[in-house]
Amino acid sequence: MISPRLAWLLVALGALMLVLAPIDLTGIGIPYPGLKRYGTYIMTLWLVTAIAAMGVNLIVGYAGLETLAQAAFVGIGAYVTALMVKAGWPFGLAFLASGVAAFAVGIMLGFPALRVRKHYLAFVTLAFSVLAWLVFRNEQWLTGGVMGIGDISRPTLFGHTLRRHVDFYWFVLAITAVLTFALWWIIRSPWGRAFTALRENPIRAESLGVDVRLYTLLAFAIGSAYGGLAGSLYAPLVEFIDPNPFALGPSLLFMLMVVVGGAGRFAGPFVGAAVAVLLPEWLRFAEGFYLLIYAVLVMTMMAFCPTGIMGLAERLLPARRRPTAAATAPLLGEAKP
Amino acid sequence: MTAVLEVRDIAKSFGGVHAVQGVSFDVHEGEILGIIGPNGSGKSTLFNCILGQLAPTRGEVRIDGRNVSGKRPSELNRLGISRTFQLLQVFPQLTVRENLILAGQEHKGSRLGRLFGARDAGLGAAADRMIDFFRLGHLAHENAGGLSYGQQKLLDAAMAFMAGPRLVLLDEPAGGVNLTMLASLKERLQAINRETRATFVVIEHNMEFVMALCSRIIVLAEGRIIAEGEPAAVRRDPKVIEAYLGH
Ligand SMILES: Nc1ncnc2c1ncn2[C@@H]1O[C@H](COP(=O)(O)OP(=O)(O)OP(=O)(O)O)[C@@H](O)[C@H]1O
Ligand SMILES: [Mg+2]
Repeated sequence: MISPRLAWLLVALGALMLVLAPIDLTGIGIPYPGLKRYGTYIMTLWLVTAIAAMGVNLIVGYAGLETLAQAAFVGIGAYVTALMVKAGWPFGLAFLASGVAAFAVGIMLGFPALRVRKHYLAFVTLAFSVLAWLVFRNEQWLTGGVMGIGDISRPTLFGHTLRRHVDFYWFVLAITAVLTFALWWIIRSPWGRAFTALRENPIRAESLGVDVRLYTLLAFAIGSAYGGLAGSLYAPLVEFIDPNPFALGPSLLFMLMVVVGGAGRFAGPFVGAAVAVLLPEWLRFAEGFYLLIYAVLVMTMMAFCPTGIMGLAERLLPARRRPTAAATAPLLGEAKP
Repeated sequence: MTAVLEVRDIAKSFGGVHAVQGVSFDVHEGEILGIIGPNGSGKSTLFNCILGQLAPTRGEVRIDGRNVSGKRPSELNRLGISRTFQLLQVFPQLTVRENLILAGQEHKGSRLGRLFGARDAGLGAAADRMIDFFRLGHLAHENAGGLSYGQQKLLDAAMAFMAGPRLVLLDEPAGGVNLTMLASLKERLQAINRETRATFVVIEHNMEFVMALCSRIIVLAEGRIIAEGEPAAVRRDPKVIEAYLGH
């Protein structure tokens, strides 16, 4: 473990780098030309993906539940936003509505989790994922079916349109910062402790007064709301949506991101999303081999470090010294080697 | 004086196995009641029925004269009843201190208040006192999963006291705990009982431990109460001796 002060410094440094990423710094003597249009777009996509993955991390990594439906919630958010923006509503309202809609549907999806766990739960969410995709595809009158919805305009902020990629990138970055802080707050609060207890031993948690049913529903609702909010940003980012990105495959990918990044580790989703969104860009030269490389990477990772990349990082960093039990243990009649 | 806990004709069957067959008893305030009986006599099942982990086939449970049958374990816990389980039940990936804070936090303020309030739900000092009380001071920031079995057992018991319960049901608190620690556990339980007037029901196989700790003992065999009384009398009861040595 690194010390909290160092961690904050790293976070601040990372945030600064993200803010500066699209800016040409050669003018002030730093040999960094700044991201181009496409690079900025990909970075925005990474942030949006990370928001949705954060939700999965709450559900799977912290609360110990399963979800193979996050892309469906991203879809709910994306369609709600697209429809509302096209109908002339302000983006802010559409953004909130997307979160609320996903939160509400998330609660409903949480109910099966009160009865089943583990892979049974995974299958329930998988079925929901398929159902949602069928609705996106077949309810043409609402969603435009396979033709999708086009020309989704980007929001304006204080009269300033965010049509340019870099403006929208900063906008998404700011929202990501707020959502990241909110989740960090939840996880470090007594709620986060209750979610962890839910993961580690629900029966014991219940016997200690933790309302396991309520926290299960809350985990699903909040985690799914993050999916909805990500979708709300995704729609104006790509400016055209159809059912494909919200199908089962992408839902599996979200789960994979969380596992690869490090389930139950706060930075895990950012790392996992980077692997899923940025790595393919860097591996472009490999073309068709990209998926092969990716698959081998994941398999190796799972075999040798099931705690994900963040877990690996923690292992490689020097362990923080802790007072050991050995000195005083014999007093309690414990002979600990 | 009404009893803190009244158990009335509780029965529980698993298919053809009649684990508990009509058990009734009262527990009064400040009492330490022991429950003993051979393996499989239905002691743990009885606890699970009292505390809502299992739905009894029939019977009724009253707390302060109020029927609480059908309430969920978390609801019962918030009424001031806590328990330990026969098998170790700590949260291995939380630290000792976090385990204790968790054990008390749901009793502090409103749920929304806890989200926006202090990280330790205002229980940090209480957790540290409990850690000292159970002499786990040097382990406060260790993950509970890394503790020795006996230490985890102490933590498990400590957790049951975090919310300041009025009634505590302990299922084999001494199981797997070595002699030195056993003495310290007994002394801790007696101290809490003296200081807070908390009422205890203790399932235990360790006779010396039970005899020294409890003021009254109930003996279960094959799901029924076969004897009840003061430790010394129960120990001499021929029915009890037969239940343990018979078959
Ligand atoms: N969940 C269950 N399903 C089926 N049978 C069960 C279940 N729980 C307990 N039993 C059965 O009920 C009977 C009583 O078990 P219980 O665990 O209550 O005994 P006990 O008195 O606590 O024993 P021990 O001293 O060994 O802990 C046993 O025959 C056991 O096999
Ligand atoms: Mg038992």
